Parts: sequence; C-alpha cells; structure tokens
Amino acid sequence: MKYSYFPGCSLKGLGRAYEESLLPVMKHLGVELQELEDWNCCGATAYMSVDEAKAGVLAARNLAIAEQNGGHDLLTPCSACYLVLNKTKHNIADFPDIRDRIHCALRSANLTYTGSTRVRHPLDILVHDVGLDVIKEKVVRPLKGLKVAPYYGCQVVRPYSTFDDAWNPTTMDRLLATLGAEVVHYPLKTKCCGGSLTGTLPEAGLRMSYILLKEAVRRGADVIATICPLCQFNMDAYHDQIDRRWGPTRIATVYFTQLMGLAFGFSEKELGLQRNFIPMKPRPVPPVAA
Amino acid sequence: MKTNGKNGDVRIGFYVCHCGSNIAAMVDCPAVAEYVRKLAGVVVSRDYKYMCSDPGQELIQQDIKEHQLNRVVVASCSPLLHEHTFRNACAAGGLNPFYFQMVNIREHDSWVHSDRAEATAKAKALAHAAIRRVRFHRALEPTRVNIHPDTLIIGGGIAGIHAALLLANAGKKVTLVEREPSIGGHMAQLDKTFPTLDCSACILTPKMSAIRSHPNITLWTYSEVAKVDGYVGNYTVTVKRKPRFIDEELCVGCQECIKACVFKEPKFADEFNVGLGKRKPIYIPFPQAVPQVVVIDPDRCIQVKTGKCKQTCVEACADRHAIDFTQQEELLEIKVGNIIVATGYKLFDATRIPQYGYGRYPNVFTSLELERLVNSSGPTTGEILLRNGQHPRSVGFILCVGSRDMKTNRWCSRTCCMHSMKLAQLIREHTDADVTIFYMDIRAPGKGCEEFYDKSLKDGIQFVRGRVAEVTDWALSPEEEGKLVIRVEDTLAGFVRRIPVDMIVLATGMEPQADAQEVRRLLNMSCSSEGWFLERHPKLAPVATFTDGIFIAGCCQGPKDIPDSIAQAGAAAAEALSLIDKGYIEQEPNTAYIEEADCSGCKSCIPLCPYTAISFDESKQKAVIHAALCKGCGTCVASCPSGSIKQNLFEDEEIFSEIEGVLT
Repeated sequence: MKYSYFPGCSLKGLGRAYEESLLPVMKHLGVELQELEDWNCCGATAYMSVDEAKAGVLAARNLAIAEQNGGHDLLTPCSACYLVLNKTKHNIADFPDIRDRIHCALRSANLTYTGSTRVRHPLDILVHDVGLDVIKEKVVRPLKGLKVAPYYGCQVVRPYSTFDDAWNPTTMDRLLATLGAEVVHYPLKTKCCGGSLTGTLPEAGLRMSYILLKEAVRRGADVIATICPLCQFNMDAYHDQIDRRWGPTRIATVYFTQLMGLAFGFSEKELGLQRNFIPMKPRPVPPVAA
Repeated sequence: MKTNGKNGDVRIGFYVCHCGSNIAAMVDCPAVAEYVRKLAGVVVSRDYKYMCSDPGQELIQQDIKEHQLNRVVVASCSPLLHEHTFRNACAAGGLNPFYFQMVNIREHDSWVHSDRAEATAKAKALAHAAIRRVRFHRALEPTRVNIHPDTLIIGGGIAGIHAALLLANAGKKVTLVEREPSIGGHMAQLDKTFPTLDCSACILTPKMSAIRSHPNITLWTYSEVAKVDGYVGNYTVTVKRKPRFIDEELCVGCQECIKACVFKEPKFADEFNVGLGKRKPIYIPFPQAVPQVVVIDPDRCIQVKTGKCKQTCVEACADRHAIDFTQQEELLEIKVGNIIVATGYKLFDATRIPQYGYGRYPNVFTSLELERLVNSSGPTTGEILLRNGQHPRSVGFILCVGSRDMKTNRWCSRTCCMHSMKLAQLIREHTDADVTIFYMDIRAPGKGCEEFYDKSLKDGIQFVRGRVAEVTDWALSPEEEGKLVIRVEDTLAGFVRRIPVDMIVLATGMEPQADAQEVRRLLNMSCSSEGWFLERHPKLAPVATFTDGIFIAGCCQGPKDIPDSIAQAGAAAAEALSLIDKGYIEQEPNTAYIEEADCSGCKSCIPLCPYTAISFDESKQKAVIHAALCKGCGTCVASCPSGSIKQNLFEDEEIFSEIEGVLT
C-alpha cells in the first residue's frame, strides 16, 4: 500500500502533532507514504478568495507533481488542503476557462496534469483501504472507558462529500469504536469551529468554538477527536479567552491519529501529545497486552 | 367517392389563408396565390381570410365540383389544428380526403419571421413543395379497429376506485388490479381530509365496499400486471396473482385464525400504520380492508418459511377450510379494450435529508406517521404521543421535505401545505400543544383552502417563514435541554432562530413509484424527466397518453389532492367510455407496408420497431407489419436494406418531389 503524501504547511508548523502521530501510525499499519517532492502551498484561504484560477495553479502544481511521480493517490491530512485540491480538480474538469489558465501556467514550469491524481483523506484510506479489521488487530491498549466526541469539521465533508455522508459522517465514529473508545453522540460533528474568524472577528469565532466545547462537555466526553489542524488549534488555543467570556469549558482536543497511536501502544511523546495547550486528562493506563 | 387514381390528369385547387392578420401581416397572401396559379396542374388558386370558417370550407367543396378538382392544397396553420377540418371538407366535396395536403405557413413561417419579403418567398417555396407532392397522393382508407368493451384499471387507490365505479355503473366490465392485499391506497391511511375536515374513511369505505359488491367489477388484490400485449381496443394482459394462502371465496373475515396464530402477540411492523403498530404473520391490513379477507405474510409465517408450524390457524378455520398453504402464484390472462393506470405515488424517504434527523431522533415523524397517530383506529387509538408515551407540549412542522429542493426533488408536491395545516389543526383540537409551521411559501390555491389557512392563523398556529437548516439536540440554554431544536433563518424577522420543540413532523413530498419506469415500459408510456407518467397534452389531453387506449389518473401523473385525483379518474373513465361506446376507432393510414416480393427476410426491421408492430412470417420468410400497431414513425422504412418497406403518405416519390418543389 503506497501513497504520495502532501503535508501542507500546517503539518510542518502549527499542526505538527498531526504529522508526528500520522506517520508512525501509518508506518505501523504497513502503509508506505512518500512525501511529495518540492511541494508548495495548496492555495487555501486568502488565495482562493482573491483569484480562484491563481489558487488553482498552486494546487494543480502539487497534483501534477503527484501524477508524474508514480501517480499514487495523494494522502492529504489537512482539511483545508483536502478541500482546495479537490475543488481544483472539479474546477479543471468543469470550467474550461479556469482549466486553460491552469494548464498554461503549468506549461511554463514544464508540468502537465491530466486530472488523474486522486486526493484522499487519511480517514478514507484507514477505513476503506486499510480496513477496520486490520486496525483492530494492531490495538494493544484499547481506549476502554474513554469517551470521545468525534468532530469532523466542515471542509472534509462539504461540499465534496467524497467518502462519507455530508451531514452525518460516521467514518471516524467507527474507527474510534474499533480502538475501544466510547463514541458519544455529538450532533455538532460537522458544525463550523469558527475558522479564521477566531482571529478576525473573535466575538463570533470564539463563540462557535465555545459551543463545540461546551456541548462536548455536556455530553460527558473526556476528549474531542478532530481531523483538521485549524479546528484543533481553535478548540485548543483559546481556552483563556473562552473561559473569560462564558465560563470554564476545559476539554482537550486531539487528532484522531493521536488516539490511534495511543491504542497502538505508542507513548504520548511519540505522538506529539505534549504540544496540546489543554492536555488530555490523565487516565489510568492499562498495561500493554503482550 | 371518386378515387381519381391516375396521376396523369391532375387538377389541383390551392388555397392560401390569411388567418386574419396572423399570416397576412407577414406573408403577402395574394402574391402566393398568384405564384401558385402558374404552377403545373393548378386549376384554381385563391387567397381567403379564414379558410377554416364554414364559407372557407364551402369554397373547397364548390371548387371540387365546379372545376373537377382531384387534389387540394391549403396553406394555413399547423396540420395538428386543421388538417382534419380540410380533409373533411374534401370528403364532403366528394374527394378522397387523402388527396389533400396541408402547408403550415403560420407556425413555420409568419409567426417566426420578421422580414415580409423573405417570409413570402418561404411561403411560395413551401406551397410549391406541396403542389409537387400532392400529385403522387393516392386514395387511402383509414383502418378501423374494434374496441373490446372491457377495461383494466391498475391501482386501487381513490383514483382507480372512482374510475372503476363509473365504468361499472355505465354497464361496462372492469377488472381492478391492486398490488396490496386491500384497495384504498393512501387515502385509507388518512384521518381527516382538508379543507372540510370530513373523515377520510367515512367517505372512502362506501366506495371500497361498492367495488367488492359490484357485479361488473372483478377485483384482484395482491396482484400485479406482468405483461401487456396488443393495441388500442385489443389488449391482452397477463396478471400475476400472488398467493395469499387464503381462499378468498371461503374466507368471511371472522379473524379467528389471527387470534389462533402461534404468535400470541403481534410482532411485526404493520405496513398500514407505517411501522408504528404491530401485526401478526396472518393479518387483515386494516379494519375496513376490502376484500375483508386475511392474508399471510410469506416472509413471516413459520409454515410458509419452514413447513414446521402447528398450524393453529388451520384448526381455527376447521369448518370453512379457507386457509390453503398449497396456493401458488398464478398467471391469468384477460382481454380488454382500454387500460387506466392509477398507480399513485410514493412518499419521499426522509432519511435522504439527514440534517432533519429522521431515523436518528425518535421524535421526528413523517406527516403520514402523524396521520396514523391522530387516527382513532391507529396504533395509539388517536392519542398523539411521543415515542416515550408522553404528550408533546410543542410540535414543529417542517414543510417542503423532498419538495422544491434542488438537492432532492424540484417539484412542489402540492398537498403538503394543506396537509400539514390540517394535521396542525387536529393537534390543536386533540391537545393543548403549541404548533409552529416552518414554511417557504404557503400554497393554498384549492377551493376553500385559503379560508382554511386563515382559520389556521386564527386558531393560534404559529407560522415561521424560512427553510429549516437542521434539527438537532444540542442545547444552548436550559429551555433547550431534552428538546429537539429547530435551527432556521426566520426570513421575515431577519435573523437566525433556535426553536425547541418536543415533536417534529416532516411534510414529506410525493415521488413517482419506485417501479414507475417498469410500468412505463410495460404499457409503452412516456415519463417526464422527473418520472411521472406523461400525459399526451398538458392542457388539452391531460389523462390520455401517447399510446391509444391507455389513460392515466391520479398521482402517477403528478402530485395532486383527492378532488383532483377523482376529477382525473372521471375524465379517464369518460375517455375509455367514449371509445367503448363508439365501438371502433379509425386510425390514420400513414402506416408502413411491405412490398412482399422485394422483402429479403433479413429481419433487421423487427427489433427497430418501437411499437413491436413487425413480426416474421416463418412460412413465407417475410416480415409482416401489423397496421393497427404501426404508428407511422418511418424507422423501418428508412432502415430496410432492400427498400421493400414503404409508407403511405410518405412514399419516396412524394418526398423527393416535395424536396424538388421547395428547392425550385
């Protein structure tokens, strides 16, 4: 099982805990990842709102490199990258004027792109390619008694709900249950985390993060599992401000890959868990089964 | 009637119509007449203000007599409108009507052009084409097809029931085929009907009983149409009768067998109560079911599944012996002249809109489920209860679930606004719950419906205008704890609201039946792109289809309420009756025929015919075209490798001379 790997800027910076947990987990499952050579910005956020075609050129360069280097599916863990790369694929397929501009730009860098690269999310690969049976076999320290609120965020499921339901995704629910965790009913699983509004319009943005945190606490969750670096940051880094406005709602938000790693027997350090502002509540660690 | 068969002495009369100013404003009609007058074979050429008027038609008749015309060409409107008129005028003048040719210079010319000189030139060219072609016309006789007086009605909902009774009361034999074990359809599941709030069962059951007792009606429930052969007036239909393991003639509906069933308690989801109630493997669908005959569910009955049951039901029926586990599926063949299709609709599956939580939150109901909860013979004997048995203190209705939605169905289902308001009024009547209706637009166009809307407003039902975003159970405030929260942009107030309620009712829309495409193919009908059966004309032929002798009524043609379904059923019955009482129909003789001597027997035409009108004569090794089935589409004519298939009114020489005329 081999994939090209597009980390994007987040996984090398703010979201490095995601990469730190993703890589060992994938390796442990026998999934070979080859980081895309000379990758660049995916084109997310600011670019996309200024000029879709220019943002598309950035994204398409990555798609083209992936296509020319073995044509493996492109593993894209960051939700923003996942959305922009998929959107660019759609734009190239559906809008001839954007396609022409992108092709023209790629040609000047001696690149071509035929549209064949598949952009895949790690959840999709883990559940559909690797399979829950294989994952279950690797669980040596079941997350028994750990109540997890599964939080998907918006970008992976909408508008391109490629591998799960747009309104009620369940892939991560099933994965977490396979690890032995207790998945709590969390109706906000695809609601906005506040996105960049936490920085630009904190009153609105922080309130959205607060709603997510408060509801997870209300549902009795011990921890929130997420799949997106921006969501993780919003729900982890602003607790001081949120507490000041609406009262304390302390709950940790971690990457689902970190929970996988814990179940597979990796230490917290090996999974970057020490990077959290709000640490996961310590819980009795059962001995690793032989 | 003169036949004037020879082409040699052709005497053509030409008439160009002004159609008031419809044609004359854009085409110089006297100039066209002047031009045609000089063409070969033309004896008379006139222009006239209204050719379709009585004096216009008399003009043709007089000229035929005075000038011994043997061909007539009229340049006017579309043949769809007046070809029949002018053919009749020719016949009245003593000329075979197929010596007539029509030129469309209105829809094809004056209405669509803006340059008078060019439009006039086009009219001349089209007229010239017709003058050339009409020379080769032959005298033809319309084919006459006898109509079998019996009728098949598919579907025993209110539309099928009404059509069956009308025909039966007129003395015609009817076979009514229904897929379910009882007739009644969706109307039987309704509690009250809008806007009069009369009891649905009270007005429906007398009609259902009448079906059972009518001497002219054969009722086959638990049956499906498997095959349809033939053509208008002469259909041969194969009906599949599923085994209900009960002899319908012997069963009196005493239900002793149901009491005696080895399943002591009802255990299986009851279809009639949309799964809210339970039934046994042996059951009667609902108290007023027609026929009042029990049915055994083959997927649930231990005896049918394993053959190892104590058969306590058989013991209970020892004196009548109505239970018969040896029953097999039967295929029965009937002959009918007309078929009325009234197969109804399917409700939209609310799980297709997951953000409304149907199937996830127990207290999200569909409107049909609520209908069963309100009904006194329903699973709660008419008490409106949440799944936990408590009474709701607040209820929200979400309209347009699976209607007027780009992601699911684009059409308006027409009945849900009124249906929801009716249910809302019933809730207000039965309980003291607050009711809020979330709507995009309230559509209450029927008779008495706007008044009903007014009454709903006066009764204190709240209306919030906005497409509901989602139904959820996360709480922001203590009042929302334990409730379902409706998140909606109130487009009149201009802000986003969260409204907590105990019960949610989804007004699910109507969809074509799941097997509508198979029924369509079976009967050679057409469907709209949405899958509703297509009427021949949206205004002028709303219950006819493109296949003669097949009519549609009720919701299989599109969403509609009970009065509209009944009106269509009546119309379909009247259409069938008019064919039956006339006894025959005449068909346009524009059919294909085979020059037998030239046919090589290659059979390539047979699979091409969309109407299965071509068969193969094995003894002669020649193809045979059945004129009554042929619709004159010309597919076989164009495809025949030996050129042995020809078509009346579209012979090669007619077409080629027409082309020459238009190019001259």
